[in-house]
Amino acid sequence: MDIQPFLVAENVRSTGWFRPELVLTFGALSLFLLDLAWRRSESRARLLSAATLTVFGLAAILLSLQPGTPQSLFNGMIANDAFANFFKWIFLAGGALTVLIAGPSRAYPPSRIGPFYALLVTIVLGLFLMASATDLLMIYMAIELVSMVSYALAGYSKGDRKAAEAALKYVIFGGVASGAMIFGMSYLYGMLGTTDITRFAAAIAQVPTTLPHRLGLILGVVLVSSGVGYKIAAVPWHMWAPDVYEGAPTPFTAFLSTGPKAAGFALAARLLWGALDTRGSMMGLSEAVGNIPWPAVVGVLSAVTMTLGNFTALPQTNLKRLLAYSSIAHAGYGLMGLAANSFVGTQAVMVYMLAYLIMNLGAFLAVIVVERFTGSPSIFEFRGLGHRAPLAAVSMAIFLFALTGLPPSIGFTGKYWLFVAVLDRVSGPTGGWYATLAIIAALNTAVALYYYARILRAMFFEAPLSEVEVTYPTSYKWLLAGFAAATVLFGIWVTPIMDWTRLSLGQFYRG
Amino acid sequence: MIRPDNVLVWATFLPVIGSAVILALMVVRHFLGLKKRFLDQASRVVTMVASFLMLVASILAWHWFDPRAQGLLVQGKATGVQMVSRAIWIRPFNVEWFVGVDGLSISMVLLTGIISFVAAIASMPWWQGGAKAIHMAGMDEDDHGHGDDEHHPKHFTVRMVPGYMILLLLLMTGMMGTFVALDMFLFYVFWEVMLLPMYFLIGVWGGPRREYAAIKFFLYTLAGSVLMLLAIIAVYYRSLPAVMADGTLSARHTFNLLELAAQGRAGQFATALPILGVAFSKIVFVAFFIGFAIKIPMFPFHTWLPDAHVEAPTPISVILAGILLKMGPYGILRFNYPLLPDATEWAANAIAVFGVINIIYAAYVALAQRDFKKMVAYSSVSHMGFTLLGMAAMTPMAISGAVYNMFTHGIISPALFLIVGVIYDRAHHRDMERFGGLAKELPEYSGLTGLAFFASLGLPGLAGFIPEFMVLAGSFPVYLTFTVISATAVIITAAYYLWAMQRVFLGKLNSAYAGFPDVNWRERIMLYPLAAIMIFLGFYPQFILHAINPALQLLIQNLRPV
Repeated sequence: MDIQPFLVAENVRSTGWFRPELVLTFGALSLFLLDLAWRRSESRARLLSAATLTVFGLAAILLSLQPGTPQSLFNGMIANDAFANFFKWIFLAGGALTVLIAGPSRAYPPSRIGPFYALLVTIVLGLFLMASATDLLMIYMAIELVSMVSYALAGYSKGDRKAAEAALKYVIFGGVASGAMIFGMSYLYGMLGTTDITRFAAAIAQVPTTLPHRLGLILGVVLVSSGVGYKIAAVPWHMWAPDVYEGAPTPFTAFLSTGPKAAGFALAARLLWGALDTRGSMMGLSEAVGNIPWPAVVGVLSAVTMTLGNFTALPQTNLKRLLAYSSIAHAGYGLMGLAANSFVGTQAVMVYMLAYLIMNLGAFLAVIVVERFTGSPSIFEFRGLGHRAPLAAVSMAIFLFALTGLPPSIGFTGKYWLFVAVLDRVSGPTGGWYATLAIIAALNTAVALYYYARILRAMFFEAPLSEVEVTYPTSYKWLLAGFAAATVLFGIWVTPIMDWTRLSLGQFYRG
Repeated sequence: MIRPDNVLVWATFLPVIGSAVILALMVVRHFLGLKKRFLDQASRVVTMVASFLMLVASILAWHWFDPRAQGLLVQGKATGVQMVSRAIWIRPFNVEWFVGVDGLSISMVLLTGIISFVAAIASMPWWQGGAKAIHMAGMDEDDHGHGDDEHHPKHFTVRMVPGYMILLLLLMTGMMGTFVALDMFLFYVFWEVMLLPMYFLIGVWGGPRREYAAIKFFLYTLAGSVLMLLAIIAVYYRSLPAVMADGTLSARHTFNLLELAAQGRAGQFATALPILGVAFSKIVFVAFFIGFAIKIPMFPFHTWLPDAHVEAPTPISVILAGILLKMGPYGILRFNYPLLPDATEWAANAIAVFGVINIIYAAYVALAQRDFKKMVAYSSVSHMGFTLLGMAAMTPMAISGAVYNMFTHGIISPALFLIVGVIYDRAHHRDMERFGGLAKELPEYSGLTGLAFFASLGLPGLAGFIPEFMVLAGSFPVYLTFTVISATAVIITAAYYLWAMQRVFLGKLNSAYAGFPDVNWRERIMLYPLAAIMIFLGFYPQFILHAINPALQLLIQNLRPV
């Protein structure tokens, strides 16, 4: 086997643009070792938390030193661009905040928190790769890296039947989804002759328009999309979410609902809006791919996802399950941006993922505060929280308003831009469908309000089961106040978010 | 310090400053351990001061407002908009901080100032005089009971006081902001800001079915406002760019309501591409209209109102009836009429029909009520019908009457809710059948009630007569049949008020209510000024009309009566 020198040179060059990922890789490995080294230490958990935060901090420093110049790395395996960097910041923030949340949460005993942190860093590495992968194989690798580790972390509570159930369901669903995905990838490779997704648009133009060719192409796109749809928990690949969210330790559920979902959307945007853009000039996926109105398909998925998520959330009493169904609904809102299939639409997805990170982590933190004290995430334990833990209750109210999409909150900023993206399309040829999608989303907001308001009602209107004050660590108080402040602040001070997402998306690697 | 160019900013944000002060006090209490009683009293004082200053600011704005001034020029035409304050808020969205008042909004600003201050007084447990003994006994320190004992309910004025005051102040800011905003996005934000405090004020401090009433109010209004948001974005995307606060041209489109009104008059939205086969302006009109109609509340979207009113504590009912209901017609006159003149003409007949249904149906329903507060709530629905009818007729007199009705109803119905609150505070129920002969025990209260009743039913010489007359006289040439049908409602209105009078105040005294104290000083300082305004406006309507008329003429000069 001969080694081609230019490939080696390319790989060496690419490594210079891969420093944050390298820090995460070696950080994860060292965390395993540090866990062993500190196993007799009294303050083992605290030291490990600090070490994990250091890893994320180092990665963040290196990431900030790395310009978002669009370019291909490792011979077209991954891309470096500001679009990926935007998501990498989300993942780093999500990871670091999860560490801060997990430390005092009582979900992880000190003896088991080390591996959790190491695996968390590994997931963040996988998410980094998901957001920047531009090759089918790399996409598959990245998704599998995230999934495998997620299976382990979902069933992390030893001896907990629900955790075991969660992990098993997750493995089975995940296995089927990734099997379907790689099967679809084989079709796409067979039809298009390349695994580099930036060359798809040109290759699709070469595919004959006969029925078998069209079917092959459609099957490939659908099966690959199912892998992505499973990551973002969109209908019909959503069934795993409630059980996994319920069974997994709550800090990990919080991370799972924000990080991997954002990565899934990044990947979806790269595939649908980036790679399959057969018309060029940022017009997005067109009907040329197998003669199917893809944006309409995504729009229908979006409408079904948000409606199903919201309506199934209505009767839930376990807040982890409720937030799981709500996260399905939010995946539906995010899909609106992809259905718009435009620059604004993709930007709206980015804004929404950032908004969702802040408000949903905050909401889960409030759940953790209650679960940690009472032992149950049931809505009944939230009764009278307005008296028993005023700060947690008021911040939870703010997160719930943001999740509903009421101004002034970052949730409104995100939802507003999604509506704008969809309604921007109303003047187009299929405008009526976009108008319908917008109206469905608007009505869904009212449905969502109903179950969010049930939590508000429990917290402020109903008599508590016990009058004992709910105690929780001071660090949680600061985190809650910080999340709440950010939720409101970025509802009023919107310009930086819009500028950041617009500039990031402007530097999108298109091959 | 307060100048014409910032008076509206002060009026809008003084309450928020007040709530920030209360919040700071709560933080101080958390760390330094102030007495709960001190915090409660301090937050009450802050609320009184903030709402009083807001009243002063709105009176100043009224004082500085010149009805004949040209105001801000938009596309070279006078708009009458004054006291403008504007700056760029969110540049990527083309959103501005843009507030100002024209003849339409200045009357609502004044109303908001007055009613907010009245509601603040109504939220205080002070100046009770003789009534103190009855409902304040033994409920000072206990913070979170839920009215388990019917005869000693935990009164809303002593439960979780700082939280109540913060929400009340936020509500005031939302209301004032809604009336002064001239940027669609800003308007929407203030519109939604009102929603949350209202939900909690009903849900936490309300009556027995408060949870149901609160969520019903919230869902109805949210459903309407999300439709409104879609309409706002749709209009935005059909608009042409406009000059923004810093002199630059906005990118592609604009949220500037005055600019949009000018574009709407020029037919910008009438000629836009249809959506789903329906004319753009019609579909947008309907979306806006439903959003606002829920607030009015217009039949068939009115069912949240009786629930919300019955369960809300008195000051919140006062605000609900006095100000929130006015936002519906105000929004229609601010959005639908100027932006979509063609669709307005198309919809005028329908609006008139709904107006007549509101007037007649709600009047009959009010006649059937035993609950004093529910009767007053339905009378509100009925009276707002006159505003709808007048707006639909679009003659100068009818539309002036419609807007004047908003103002007078905004004075009369808060007084009626305060009157209900007086009797409820003493008897702890509102069932009119169980009262009787109270005139003997409470002569002063009976007199005030009589005045408010007669003002509401439209006795000449009192505030309610003029707008009803103007609407009916102004609509007569346009909608002959509807006007005649609506005029019959005056008789039904008289019937339910007089019957209520008879059941509560006349007849044999129910011995359970012997020895009831008459109105105390707190109630006097709210009711007498309102009563004085009712009489004043009944004799001197020009006071309001001269301010609103030029703006309304400007509004309807492009609309042709059907």
